[in-house]
Amino acid sequence: MTALLFRDLKLAVRAGGGAMIGVLFFMTVVAVIPFGVGPDLNLLARIGPAILWIGALLAALLGLDRLFQAEREDGSLDLILMQETPLVLTVLVKCLAHWLATGLPLVVASPLLALFMNMDAAAMAATMLTLLVGTPAITFIGAAGAAVAVALPRGGLLVSILVLPLAIPVLIFGVSAVYAAVQEPAPFLPPFLFLTALTLVFAVIGPVAAAAALRASTD
Amino acid sequence: MSEQSLAIRKFSDLANPTRFLALSAIVWPWMAAITALFFAVGLYLCFMSVGDYQQGETVRIMYVHVPAAWLSMMCYSVMAASALGTLVWRHPLADVSAKTAAPIGACFTFIALITGSLWGKPMWGTWWVWDARLTSVFVLFLMYLGLIALNRAVDDPARAAKVSAILILVGFVNIPIIKFSVEWWNTLHQPASVIRLDGPTIDPEFLWPLLVMAIAFTLLFFTLHILAMRNEILRRRVATLRRLAARSAGYGEASR
Amino acid sequence: MRLVAERLSARRGEDLIFRDISFEIGPGEALVVKGPNGSGKSTLLRVVAGLLPREAGKVALAGEGAQAFETVASACHYLGHRNAMKRELTVEENLHFWKAFAGDSHGGAGVAIDAAAEAVGLGGIVHLPFGYLSAGQQRRMAMAKLLVAWRPIWILDEPTAALDAAAETMFAGLVNAHLSQGGLALAATHQPLGLGAAQELHMAGFAGVSVEAWA
Repeated sequence: MTALLFRDLKLAVRAGGGAMIGVLFFMTVVAVIPFGVGPDLNLLARIGPAILWIGALLAALLGLDRLFQAEREDGSLDLILMQETPLVLTVLVKCLAHWLATGLPLVVASPLLALFMNMDAAAMAATMLTLLVGTPAITFIGAAGAAVAVALPRGGLLVSILVLPLAIPVLIFGVSAVYAAVQEPAPFLPPFLFLTALTLVFAVIGPVAAAAALRASTD
Repeated sequence: MSEQSLAIRKFSDLANPTRFLALSAIVWPWMAAITALFFAVGLYLCFMSVGDYQQGETVRIMYVHVPAAWLSMMCYSVMAASALGTLVWRHPLADVSAKTAAPIGACFTFIALITGSLWGKPMWGTWWVWDARLTSVFVLFLMYLGLIALNRAVDDPARAAKVSAILILVGFVNIPIIKFSVEWWNTLHQPASVIRLDGPTIDPEFLWPLLVMAIAFTLLFFTLHILAMRNEILRRRVATLRRLAARSAGYGEASR
Repeated sequence: MRLVAERLSARRGEDLIFRDISFEIGPGEALVVKGPNGSGKSTLLRVVAGLLPREAGKVALAGEGAQAFETVASACHYLGHRNAMKRELTVEENLHFWKAFAGDSHGGAGVAIDAAAEAVGLGGIVHLPFGYLSAGQQRRMAMAKLLVAWRPIWILDEPTAALDAAAETMFAGLVNAHLSQGGLALAATHQPLGLGAAQELHMAGFAGVSVEAWA
């Protein structure tokens, strides 16, 4: 299993890998927002957490379609399906590798973008923490979408369409946790714990659904 | 033969990769030495100059910030010239030049952004404002990163060079447009209250260190660029050798 | 250990590709599946490997050692049309991954990566990225994958399609060595593989449309 983890990480950073592209996309999306809403720093500080979350959500979806498609194209998927190791576990490890390569850089990049959004230190820390906890959920639920769309041409767009609605709860609790941390009366912990629970639930149903979809996709 | 075509021949002779390697091997240690000298003088002047009575010690950030910002734009011009070389003369060395300049340019732009941010915090009370100048530098930074990503995404270096050359030239035309548009965009919302360096004429006290540092940074860029080009040429040679090794391994076995 | 298939049928969409195929392969034996294009050779192999659902019939392992395997698939190596290797990684990284990920199954041990590359006649270039290799070399390295992790059953779909005569002979040697260790082989091919005493199974082709689905 560690072999799979390391292979996927290597693939992500080698030439043509998408690890950097996700962060770049994240930065670009967030950087474009002020052009739309105007350079009012107070306004940006207020909507900053939401913008960062939406940007991270879109960026996390970006490379997901290749998660299984690349394996299918070169025939590796057949061999992975044949192994004795439970497919659910394999999918989980692949998700983990994908998150480490694309999700974690988003979390690391978020404080920098928070500066651009003129967010204060508390909001910055809260955003980073919620992204750290929340982005794995997007990867897990996205894996299910990627597995469903694995055999389809132009699956990339379809994955986004399939997964975005499913990721809405993650967005809701992620953003509300950040606002709760910044605005006084609302407590931070309940939405944050909800977010954590969502990630754990998705860590189970995502790989299970993805494994089932992969089994059904062979032809 | 006309004079001009002779000059072109001479130039392309020089631009032969092997000749370039030989020539640059002689040139770069000298350039590195001169760069170090200029940096030594420049840094000395920076720390000897008196601080601004308003800004205090923070004004010294300027000596790094302004040259880096200037380099971020010059580097893009070098890349645009190289891109022209790629598209018009189809010269492999131009490909190498454009490709290797991008990460260096991104670094200088990043330094400019970071130092600007460090300077902005005590001056404006915030790390970042969406001022026209800052914004256009940030857009330039994104362009650099996009070009690096594009170069990494395409397998074949010749094809990567061609598509990125097109993008560089499109960017070269577009960046002034972006700059003007953000200036226009920004003044709509916010009066030009931001402190600008180019407003008052600079005192010679600041001008000299700044000039020396600018020269030092420019030399640093060219030294790094030459070294990066050497690395890239060698890297491509290694790749060619590896492909050759792969081929010969196959034939060796087949004939046995 | 034996691989037994009884009255297998498979369909793709509504086309019944084949029906009532039965065979049995014992240790050290090979079965070569022959037939024209579209006769369902690949489909049969994928059904046996568990990659396609079967319409009817069953595939099972029998004899001693069969209990060690949970599924038929886990006892099989499958060499399909595609090589299942990553272009961006070196040959060594590719082979190392499959050796570690697949692991040795019960009753044998895989060889080292260098030895496997040597066995397919490409020793000394395992440090190169897989994408640098020519099509024939890539195919041979895909065969080396069969050696690094032990599986008793090899399922080979047109294994030598892109290879020259020398490589074909080399591959026949590999399969024969595998058989002599008590392995099994199931191969679909147009060309003679040069396997000594192999059973042959001829597939007739298109078995008709299963109209009853809409009847």
